[in-house]
Amino acid sequence: MKLFAKLAVGTALGLALLTGTASAENIKIGLVVKSLGNGFFEAANKGAQEAAKELGGVDIIYTGPTTTTAEGQIEVINALIAQKVDAIAISANDPDAVVPALKKAAQRGIKVISWDSGVNKDGRILHLNPSSNELIGNMCLKLAADHLPGGKGDFAILSATSTSTNQNTWIAEMKKQLPKYPGLNLVTTVYGDDLADKSYREAQGLLTSHPNVKVIVAPTTVGVLAASQAVKDAGKIGQVYVTGLGLPSEMAGAVHSGATKQFAIWNPIDLGYSATQLAYRLVKKETDGKPGSEINAGRMGKIKVGDNGEAAMADPFVYDAKNVDEFAKIF
Amino acid sequence: MSRILKYRELLLVAIIIVLIAAFSYRAPGYASPKSLANIFNDTSILIILALGQMAVIMTKSIDLSVAANLSFTGMAVAMLNAAYPGIPLPLLILTALAIGAILGAINGFMVWKIGIPAIVATLGTLTIYRGTAFVLSGGAWVNQTQMTPVFLNTPRMPVLGLPLLGWTAILVIAIVSVVFTRTIFGRSLYASGGNPTAALYAGVDVGRTKFFAFVLSGALAGLCGYLWVSRYAVAYVDIAAGFELDTVAACVIGGISTLGGIGSVGGAVLGALFLGVIKNALPVINISPFWQMAISGLVIIIAVLFNARQERRKGRLILRDAAKRRPSRIEAPVEGAAA
Repeated sequence: MKLFAKLAVGTALGLALLTGTASAENIKIGLVVKSLGNGFFEAANKGAQEAAKELGGVDIIYTGPTTTTAEGQIEVINALIAQKVDAIAISANDPDAVVPALKKAAQRGIKVISWDSGVNKDGRILHLNPSSNELIGNMCLKLAADHLPGGKGDFAILSATSTSTNQNTWIAEMKKQLPKYPGLNLVTTVYGDDLADKSYREAQGLLTSHPNVKVIVAPTTVGVLAASQAVKDAGKIGQVYVTGLGLPSEMAGAVHSGATKQFAIWNPIDLGYSATQLAYRLVKKETDGKPGSEINAGRMGKIKVGDNGEAAMADPFVYDAKNVDEFAKIF
Repeated sequence: MSRILKYRELLLVAIIIVLIAAFSYRAPGYASPKSLANIFNDTSILIILALGQMAVIMTKSIDLSVAANLSFTGMAVAMLNAAYPGIPLPLLILTALAIGAILGAINGFMVWKIGIPAIVATLGTLTIYRGTAFVLSGGAWVNQTQMTPVFLNTPRMPVLGLPLLGWTAILVIAIVSVVFTRTIFGRSLYASGGNPTAALYAGVDVGRTKFFAFVLSGALAGLCGYLWVSRYAVAYVDIAAGFELDTVAACVIGGISTLGGIGSVGGAVLGALFLGVIKNALPVINISPFWQMAISGLVIIIAVLFNARQERRKGRLILRDAAKRRPSRIEAPVEGAAA
């Protein structure tokens, strides 16, 4: 795996160097994602490219490790430093592990921001949340309540890895806001590691060991998909519902089968677009990105930086049988 | 030797039964026939891959590219199905077997003709196959709605209470055990791993045997590519990441010697089932995810320790027996023992 990551990084670096030398004057922004080959990040890249075209004179280097590891990201960051990029926008696999590498980047004048999954305060200038964590936690609870008759009943959470930054933040928010939904009862939280087979097995385990669980909330694309499949295979469609955060193209099948009634996600295209806009403004010194500053983000309007240097983009958007096919064509 | 192996398999069966009993004590219903059928079905893919891996390990090699092969082939057939929904399923399955066999043949060719050590050759192809899967798909997922219902639902069609996926595993077990015990190729596997020099003198082409072991492993991995994609109803580059280690672990637990030449189909199947039972039980008995990883690792190390001890004792016993029987005539049996 390690060697695989190294080879992949090497190849990515080689390719990036080839394309990078052609336009040395352009502003180079490294868009570092959790792992390559994930539909969500491919969509974010689309948004980043859109912003680059709109701003002009910006090259996006879309890169990341091939598996969701912090070590892989550190190697990618080092490669970007060697390429002398102007800014790095990262969705981190671990909030702490990538900080030393990002600090090294900052010392060399590279503007570092994080987006989607955050980095600790001292590793970046600001962090762009796709939405506020509070709103996402609330949305997950609302989805769970909407799937239960009268909003009352047991539900369980199926997460990704137990160390995933954004997953843990959202779960903490859900727990905090649980009193707002008096009928809801959180039974347990299980971890599927964002692997299809493990998530499937964990969902199966939930069905057998907690027969009272009527809703599985999975705030991760792999998890929500695997859980839907597990519910379908167990013949429990209509008794147990799956909801959470997923991409319309991936979830369309689950919505049609009836395993999921509705789910939510922000628009990853907008997220990649905004992250690129923010990185560009920082490189151009239009803003210092300190808490309290308002940054122009093109068609997304002004994004305000709040406490801890965290900024929120927009509300998560709910998809159901009516609109899922339309959005499935986009991402 | 056969007595030790039988003992080994019986021991595994006993351990698996004890585990199931212990788990069902904590999670009632775990030992119900339906749940057990579920576990077997869930382990089917691992069983099939472990049998391919076993053929390779028996020849003193290792195939680290099985999971990458699975990912590439799965992606390829899923994309074929999405692009040309008219292709009949049997043809797609044959395509999967063929693609897998070709990828396996590449490994085998490097080991046989170029003489690259198997661990290095397959470590290289591991990255190449996954990388190619990425290039092939452009990083995009193939989703449930893009694949045809026949493609997705055939392996989960129940026949006599067990889905076709489980029956596929049973069929593969049957075929592989006949091939390993009743054919020239099967006996060559044991011979070329057990003592390559003696095998050569007996007329076995060791390199060629290795080549076909890799082809078999590749073809089975290709078949699993289709099975995996249809089971989880999604194809993306990362599927089965790290699964090659599970197949090696299943073989090691099942008593397949990593030094080659020793092992049985029953052992590999039981090794896979052992892992399957644990993997399926851990979510049900509410153990922290950190413990789950530690437990899986511990079990593998214990199995390897157990293996190493058994192999060593056996090797010495044979020579010591010979030495005891004819102590006066043979002067240097100790040298033989050291070798």
